[in-house]
Amino acid sequence: MERTAVLERFDVRRIRKDFPILTRTVNGKPLVYLDNGATTQKPQQVIDAIVNYYTQLNSNVHRGVHHLSQLATDAFEVTRRKLQPFIHAAHEHEIILTKGTTESINLVASCYGKAFISAGDEIIISAMEHHSNIVPWQIVCEERGALLKVVPINDAGELDMEMYRSMLNDRTRLVAITYVSNALGTINPVKTIIELAHAAGAPVLLDAAQAIQHLTIDVQELDVDFLVFSGHKMYGPTGIGVLYGKEKWLNAMPPYQSGGEMIKEVTFAQTTYNELPFKFEAGTPNIEAGICLGHAIDYINDIGMAAIAQYEHELLDYTTQRLLDIPGLRIIGTAKEKSSVVSFLLDGAHPYDVGVILDKLGVAVRTGHHCTQPLMDRYGIPGTVRASIAMYNTKEDIDILVAGVEKAAAMLL
Amino acid sequence: MTINEIQDELIDDFAFFDDWMAKYEYIIQLGKELPLIDEQYKKDEYLIKGCQSKVWLHADHQGGKVIFTADSDAIITKGLVGLMIKVLSNHTPREIANSELYFIDQIGLKEHLSPTRANGLLSMVKQMKLYAVALNAKI
Ligand SMILES: Cc1ncc(COP(=O)(O)O)c(C=O)c1O
Repeated sequence: MERTAVLERFDVRRIRKDFPILTRTVNGKPLVYLDNGATTQKPQQVIDAIVNYYTQLNSNVHRGVHHLSQLATDAFEVTRRKLQPFIHAAHEHEIILTKGTTESINLVASCYGKAFISAGDEIIISAMEHHSNIVPWQIVCEERGALLKVVPINDAGELDMEMYRSMLNDRTRLVAITYVSNALGTINPVKTIIELAHAAGAPVLLDAAQAIQHLTIDVQELDVDFLVFSGHKMYGPTGIGVLYGKEKWLNAMPPYQSGGEMIKEVTFAQTTYNELPFKFEAGTPNIEAGICLGHAIDYINDIGMAAIAQYEHELLDYTTQRLLDIPGLRIIGTAKEKSSVVSFLLDGAHPYDVGVILDKLGVAVRTGHHCTQPLMDRYGIPGTVRASIAMYNTKEDIDILVAGVEKAAAMLL
Repeated sequence: MTINEIQDELIDDFAFFDDWMAKYEYIIQLGKELPLIDEQYKKDEYLIKGCQSKVWLHADHQGGKVIFTADSDAIITKGLVGLMIKVLSNHTPREIANSELYFIDQIGLKEHLSPTRANGLLSMVKQMKLYAVALNAKI
């Protein structure tokens, strides 16, 4: 009953009208955009906000006493104020604005690493991480003489929780794991992961790059220590992202970069650092993107994350069923809990070939290793074709994808 | 035939295809038919690093001419590689080094040679020319 009510309120036709790019054609065909895991399209509300920023507000933030600077600063800080309830953070100053997921992870790797990781310590990641949640930890481990441990997965693409349990010990200094896998769609049991890590005395960083736009996230309920995500994957602009960190960790970490904005007082003898969040926000930020991310959050809130999640879940089921009807098609990533991503292979066809033909048909998918080479190696495949959905996708989009894959099979096999 | 005569002939051939499907079907067919490289050369040292599909390239010279053989794990790439070989193989190093490949653009496959295209084809053409330059210096 409740469920139908949510879906009735969810009007995908109306939503599509907000995304002007969805009306364009590609290679003479209507665009079917199924590469949302890479980046989402932007609604008119966000585009208007970008134009409004440069036509009405442009000015540097946190500096000038003049009117425009005040307006820009206020608008920028409004986004932080919107992000706090969006992820249910306890404090606004626990929201650090960065360039994106990658920078957020690098910040934690560098600053938490300096403060807390020394020789013989251990960091745990998983076999399904994006390169940006692998390489920064490899570097920290190398620099500090720490050990990187990798939680394996089963064939379905689910974490081996027994192995995870057995890897935790009193040398574990951090667990860095993805909430939702960008290549498989697996939703990891993050609550349990965090509880177990905390029982071993280790904090947890969640890579929420593929979760923030699909699931309701409550950092306090999860009790997660760090949460990172990108604005451009949640209908916002590129060049802005978030690092949520618990106050106690952020206060205990040294600054990341240094320069303007992050200081309280500078003399040549000594510099005192600014308070949170500014301590971690050196230099002029991406003001336009910061402000407009707030508009993306408004957009999501207006539609409602619960409704989005439910709609996308049904569409994911539909996509999976329709694709599985194609002879010789194999889905990579068959976890019980999944979100928004279907990775697949056509037996005998290279993913690149399938992608080229789909492109000719106006269907945008991602092909390749999805920045998860170790994961592809785990499956012994060069890559996959990945369809990733967003709130504006429809069953018709999926029907066109399926027809395209069938055409690719006919041509290639 | 000279490199340009071969290019012109391909342009004429492709003019018969009236849509992208026919064109790609031809390329795929080419990819399927051509045994392009001796297995012993399908090793990492002959691999041209494209991001998604692998391309192996080997160059030999006979009677002053360069003979290219190549392969790819993706069939469309393999077909495109086949086209490059049709045009460039069996010419002198100097001809290859000085050649200008205009046919790709004219048969409407330019996108495959863009640097953002992750198929290794652009690197392959560069590598073919490098081989030719190197052989030219040797001969
Ligand atoms: C799971 C995951 N982590 C990290 C990233 C990196 O995000 P960004 O490139 O926005 O920094 C991505 C983006 O593809 C991702 O999917």
